[in-house]
Amino acid sequence: MPIDAKEVGQIAHLARLSISEPATRAYARDLSAILDFVEQLGAVDTEGVESLAHPLEMTQRLRADEPTEPDERERFQAIAPATEDGHYLVPRVIE
Amino acid sequence: MHDQTIAELAAALERGECSSVELTRTAIERIERASELNAFITVTPESALAEAEAADAARARGEAGPLTGVPIAHKDIFCTEGVRTSCGSRMLEAFVPPYDAFVVERLRAAGAVSVGKTNMDEFAMGSSNETSYFGAVKNPWDRRTVPGGSSGGSAAAVAAGLVPAATGTDTGGSIRQPAALTGISGLKPTYGRVSRYGIVAFASSLDQAGPMASSAEDLAILLQGMAGFDRRDSTCVDRPVPDYRAEMAGTDLRGLRVGLPREFMEAEGVDAGVSSAVSAATQALRDAGAEVREITLPNAGMAVPVYYVIAPAEASSNLSRFDGVRYGYRCDAPDDLEDLYKRSRGEGFGEEVQRRIMVGTYALSAGYYDAYYGKAQQVRRLVQEDFARAFESVDVIAGPTAPSTAFPLGEKADDPVQMYLSDIFTIAVNLAGLPALSVPAGFGDGRPVGLQLIGNYFDEGRLLGAAHGYQQVTDWHRQRPPVEE
Repeated sequence: MPIDAKEVGQIAHLARLSISEPATRAYARDLSAILDFVEQLGAVDTEGVESLAHPLEMTQRLRADEPTEPDERERFQAIAPATEDGHYLVPRVIE
Repeated sequence: MHDQTIAELAAALERGECSSVELTRTAIERIERASELNAFITVTPESALAEAEAADAARARGEAGPLTGVPIAHKDIFCTEGVRTSCGSRMLEAFVPPYDAFVVERLRAAGAVSVGKTNMDEFAMGSSNETSYFGAVKNPWDRRTVPGGSSGGSAAAVAAGLVPAATGTDTGGSIRQPAALTGISGLKPTYGRVSRYGIVAFASSLDQAGPMASSAEDLAILLQGMAGFDRRDSTCVDRPVPDYRAEMAGTDLRGLRVGLPREFMEAEGVDAGVSSAVSAATQALRDAGAEVREITLPNAGMAVPVYYVIAPAEASSNLSRFDGVRYGYRCDAPDDLEDLYKRSRGEGFGEEVQRRIMVGTYALSAGYYDAYYGKAQQVRRLVQEDFARAFESVDVIAGPTAPSTAFPLGEKADDPVQMYLSDIFTIAVNLAGLPALSVPAGFGDGRPVGLQLIGNYFDEGRLLGAAHGYQQVTDWHRQRPPVEE
């Protein structure tokens, strides 16, 4: 299915990506080619085939509900772009 | 010492013919001299020499194992505490992880010396190492060509004899395809055999770490050091780790049932040089007593399209964590929160990563989910069932690793779909979660060709045994690229 520049803009918004006008046109061409390529899956008969999400069909391992991780906030925030008083800083959200 | 295997280096260390400090110095010097290959993003000479001294001291105390004092390199996708882990991306250009990946921990505990972090396609998305923010890696066999990807830096480093071994990750072929294109040996273990903890996530139902080296025996030694249960990876399998070298040594090519998938042997677009090298390799297996027979994997041709729905879908979810807030790249002077997210991601991610995030976002979006993602998961089961049927009658499956030898830099960089087809023989294995490896099997137009061997779940010992047996009757794995100054 061909994707036009407007749709690329919508997808980029959903994915929270800012992309330039010329890049949008290039992506429209590439995404159309990729989707065209994967659409050959439509020809495969999958009537009654159960989907496979995980190669070993594992189920989630459970553990006792006990704390296992120590508080490492300072160490982890040391690599953040901007913090203050133990909080991550972002542009003002509420006026 | 640079052209020796780990097994040979360990023996030399044990006999006192060299020290780990000497090996490590040699590796660091060779890396500096080969900087034109661009195989490394970060070299850590100081910590490497400290680790080497500790390894020599451990050996003096009689506490040496098969990896003690051996210099290795880690793909820059493995988190290393205190050492920048870029994942080949501007997004993580300045990221210094506060912890080590399981594989890094384990190999350090086994005494291996880490000399640095190797170049790679950005977020492991690529088959040529050209999507790296840090520039393309060159193939030591012919510097005008790509080394393959995404573990292209690790492959080039081993092929050029900078280090005897390196780690890689393989989501769709990222260990095996570069191993093939650079003439080295590389193993993708069974999904869940090696913990993914501390590996920057790409597609979590496909990602698996593995070793890259110059012989099957070295792969066995390295896998022994890497495999094991880790509760911090929810899909890591809690299952005993066998003695891989013993299983390898106990495998005989005589009577080994080897399947050749008709779909691989008759595929279109395969280089003549690749076909003839792989035919010669299967003949060598036959001559050594293997029972080679044709098998069929009817849905193998659908593996690449299945992958290019599932992998981007998982990537779009995994990479949503890069938001410019907690770690990684942040844009300058954002207007508001949405601008912060969008520009940090727009400026921090390269083109191929953005392309895949958008494909994944589209495939998972309301109204398209069933047609793309749901359908791909159904076909994924058909691909897996093909292998299950095949392994009822064979022990290993053999075929080419990649459809071509190393291609010229830039040749496929502008055509995503053509690039994706570089992994036509490797991707089905990831979809099924099986172990597979690539070993050198000759040359086409002077460039290395890889033979791929695929095993059944958790049958790495026999798989390595088949590869080792092949390397006993051939010497392709002993070939080294010509020295270029």
